[in-house]
Amino acid sequence: MKELIKVLIVDDEPSILMSLEFLMKKEGYQVFIARDGSEAMDIIEKEVPSIILLDIMMPNVDGYEVCYHVKNSLRFEHIKVVFLSAKNKESDMEKGYSVGADLYVTKPFSTRTLVSKVNALAINVVSGSAS
Amino acid sequence: MNSVVLIMVSLLYLAILFGIAYWAEKQSEKGKSLVTNPYIYSLSLAVYCTAWTFYGSVGRAVTNGIEFLTVFIGPTIMMPLWWIVLRKIIRICKVQRITSIADFISSRYGKNATLGVLVTLICILGVLPYIAIQLKAISSSFLIVAHSSGDQNADNLFWGDLAFYIAVVLSVFTIIFGTRKIDSTERHEGMVTAIAAESIIKLVAFLVTGFFVTYIVFDGFGDIFQKASLIPELKKTFVFNKEGDSSGWFWHILLSMSAVMFLPRQFQVAVVENVNEKHLDKAMWLFPLYMLLINIFVIPTALGGELLFANNAVNSDNYVLAIPLKFNQKILTLLTYIGGFSAATSMIIVETIALSVMISNNLVMPVVLKSKKIQEQFQGNLSGLVNNIRRTSIALVLLLAYLYYKTIAEHYSLVSIGMVSFTAVAQFTPAIIGGLFWKTGNRKGALIGLISGSVIWFYTLVLPSIVGAGFFPQSIIDHGLFGLEFLKPFSLFGLKGMDNVSHCLFWSLLCNIGCYLYFSINSPITSIEHNQAVIFVDIFQYSEQLEPSAIWRGTAYIRDIKILLSNFFGEKRSEKILRLFAQKHNLSPKNDRADPKLVGYVEKLLAGVVGTASARIMISSVSKEEKISTEEVISILKSSQELLSANKSLKKKSVELEKATSELKDANEILKRTDKLKDDFLSTVAHEIRTPLTSIRALSEIVYDNPDMEPDEREHFLGTVVKESDRLGRLINQVLDLEKYESGKQKLDKEDVDIQDIIKDVIDTLHQQVKEKSIKLIFIPDRFAPRLEADRDKLMQVVVNLLSNAIKYCEPQKGEIIIATHYVEGCIYTSVQDNGSGIDKRFQRLIFDKFFQAEDQTIKKPKGSGLGLAISKKIIELHNGQIWVESEVGSGSKFTFMIAVV
Repeated sequence: MKELIKVLIVDDEPSILMSLEFLMKKEGYQVFIARDGSEAMDIIEKEVPSIILLDIMMPNVDGYEVCYHVKNSLRFEHIKVVFLSAKNKESDMEKGYSVGADLYVTKPFSTRTLVSKVNALAINVVSGSAS
Repeated sequence: MNSVVLIMVSLLYLAILFGIAYWAEKQSEKGKSLVTNPYIYSLSLAVYCTAWTFYGSVGRAVTNGIEFLTVFIGPTIMMPLWWIVLRKIIRICKVQRITSIADFISSRYGKNATLGVLVTLICILGVLPYIAIQLKAISSSFLIVAHSSGDQNADNLFWGDLAFYIAVVLSVFTIIFGTRKIDSTERHEGMVTAIAAESIIKLVAFLVTGFFVTYIVFDGFGDIFQKASLIPELKKTFVFNKEGDSSGWFWHILLSMSAVMFLPRQFQVAVVENVNEKHLDKAMWLFPLYMLLINIFVIPTALGGELLFANNAVNSDNYVLAIPLKFNQKILTLLTYIGGFSAATSMIIVETIALSVMISNNLVMPVVLKSKKIQEQFQGNLSGLVNNIRRTSIALVLLLAYLYYKTIAEHYSLVSIGMVSFTAVAQFTPAIIGGLFWKTGNRKGALIGLISGSVIWFYTLVLPSIVGAGFFPQSIIDHGLFGLEFLKPFSLFGLKGMDNVSHCLFWSLLCNIGCYLYFSINSPITSIEHNQAVIFVDIFQYSEQLEPSAIWRGTAYIRDIKILLSNFFGEKRSEKILRLFAQKHNLSPKNDRADPKLVGYVEKLLAGVVGTASARIMISSVSKEEKISTEEVISILKSSQELLSANKSLKKKSVELEKATSELKDANEILKRTDKLKDDFLSTVAHEIRTPLTSIRALSEIVYDNPDMEPDEREHFLGTVVKESDRLGRLINQVLDLEKYESGKQKLDKEDVDIQDIIKDVIDTLHQQVKEKSIKLIFIPDRFAPRLEADRDKLMQVVVNLLSNAIKYCEPQKGEIIIATHYVEGCIYTSVQDNGSGIDKRFQRLIFDKFFQAEDQTIKKPKGSGLGLAISKKIIELHNGQIWVESEVGSGSKFTFMIAVV
């Protein structure tokens, strides 16, 4: 089942991308990678992923914008968005949820927790698509 | 020349004068006042040069040689002092609304009416003869020109009448242009402009005649002097006399120094008619220049006349006319005649106005105002009365001058009578100069000094002149009064060896000054005297701050004041004056008692019409004044000064307070800003630290959880962990570094370094990275760049930073970096230029701020800690240098830092 679920990872830090890619592939997801917001938008248009792991501070188009775009489009609104950010203030998290995020994970994160949270979201995706 | 023609020309000239005066007044009404022009002011001062100058200088040069020049040297010496003396007098007169010299002296010494009367009498006695000789000059010049044409009827027709008619015409002119306005502080613009025009005419006329004599009749200055030097009697006229004449020069110069300021007509044009103190600047050099010009041809004309008319065939006073006549130059003769005519008329007009103001304000008005009868009769129309008094006095002055001319003046030359006038007004000098600079000078001293001085003047100069006319026995001159030898008018107390004028001046001034000093020091003064003394001496201090009424204490009713004002200004204007004053000073209009300020103001207004002494009498008549002792006056003055200075220091304090408050506000703003910056800085630092930390944690957890990883992958992951740890460590060091720079704890370890060695070392260090990206690196050193005192390691840090940034932003293969040094005017410029992506103009300043994106969250910093440039900037600034960037998006960046070689 899992290989049918597309996960898009967006971050401008190569080392973080590298670790997230490894983790998601190991869980069996179909993984896509973007290094900034605009690249992410292209992939979203093309592939329509089920889950996006999204950094906030990136050059050009930032994570908030990507999320807002996704959640305000009929085509994409079902996509689960997980923010992964070093911004850990209350106000940052509030802003993240206000643009429609499903989850807000602060950096640095525990890989195991992150994986299990993503898996939990994936179950909803699977059952959602089944019904 | 026919006498009828001559009369026509004279009348025509007077008509033109009327025209000029009328035109000037019309211009002034249109707002294009001519007297605001400093040249008009300077020219009007030349009323100093009368017919005496025009005809008499030549005459005097013939008899006394170059001594005639004293009359012009005195004023020239005096001019620079005008800035000190005359400017002060002008300021005082404006503030106190003083309109004549009599008023000035009376006002200075407690607005004393007696002093005003005395000064007026001295002026009349001293100046009437002077006016008379102007009339004489006109009629005799007329006769000379008329006779020359063989018109013997001239005698029958006009002799005895001509001067009279001239006096009548001039009095009409003077009445028309001199008494139009009753407030004599309002200026006579028409009259002044006409006088200025006359000054030009007489100068041109004299220059043309002088030129004719010198260059047409003779062959230039050299020729005349050459011919004259052959005649021993003439030779003495252009060299200094050996016979102990030097003291004469001194006295005559002194005399003219006082005359140029205190002659009533000079006071009128220089002080009363002055509209702007700054005009003095121009007058200071223009007036002496005028006098120089009008004197250039005096000696040549005198010598020429002597050479042409041997055996005294012609009176030397008339040479100016006689020479053109001899050569039958009709037009030139006419021009000269008009020149002399203008010199005489201008003097008569101004002198008469000045005298008439004194007569009406200082002689007549005080008497009128004391008489209730007259006041009742003219109730409501006192201004008309004042004007009529003034008109009558003008006519009277000219009539008296005419009579004097008929009875006495015939016997004397122009100059000797002029000198009598000069000596008369010289008597005012102690009272005026003392009054300007010496507060102790008082009424008693001035009064006794003036009386004693003028009595001596009368006895030693005037009396002998009337003896000559047959009014007194000749024995007074020969054997002294009552036969007492030491009372001989020309050698008082046996003083001999001086000319009459110097002799008179010596004795009169000696007594005058002596009495002034003695009685001033030894007699008490009243409060008003002290008040006026302080205001006069310290005028520049008080003219804007202290109302003279500060010392007035009494009761007056607005109703009475209004009646008083309406007498002179009419009801409507008076009401307006009172209303405006109340508005300006925030006085309640309902109050029926007059504010002391108002009383002082009204007194000044009235002083402008009737003189200070009369104004005082009028104010006293409507107010009940309390006596104030001198001590009280002094304490009032002191307290008002203290109040003033207390006020000033209070103001200063409140200004300081305001300044402190705003400084505090600013500081608070800065603190707030710094606080926010610090917050932003901290959260950015935290973010920057979390990013590598995230990678380190994630990667090591992965390696830990997946023992079965591919060895290659594991190696790659662990390698990244190490790299990210390095990055973390560097970041922390930089943050600490920057903190040190910002708190000022970072010190430089300076040594003698060569910037080009440093650059070479850096290139060596980064050589590997350059090679990896296949970047072309060029270094252009400046071999003239000297060594400098700097911190080697820190400079190296800067160059490393700039070069590694450049490497970072260059594309592989295509990259090109140029490092260069330039030594220009004591500064070494080091630049690092790349052909990378460039930096947007908006960010070129911001990139030197730490984490410059902190201010604008939407901008993501380029790769790097975001602290390198900030630290570089701090380092360069510690070296007292500057660092900047020039860049355009797409065409690379050029970073330059400049350090001065000390």
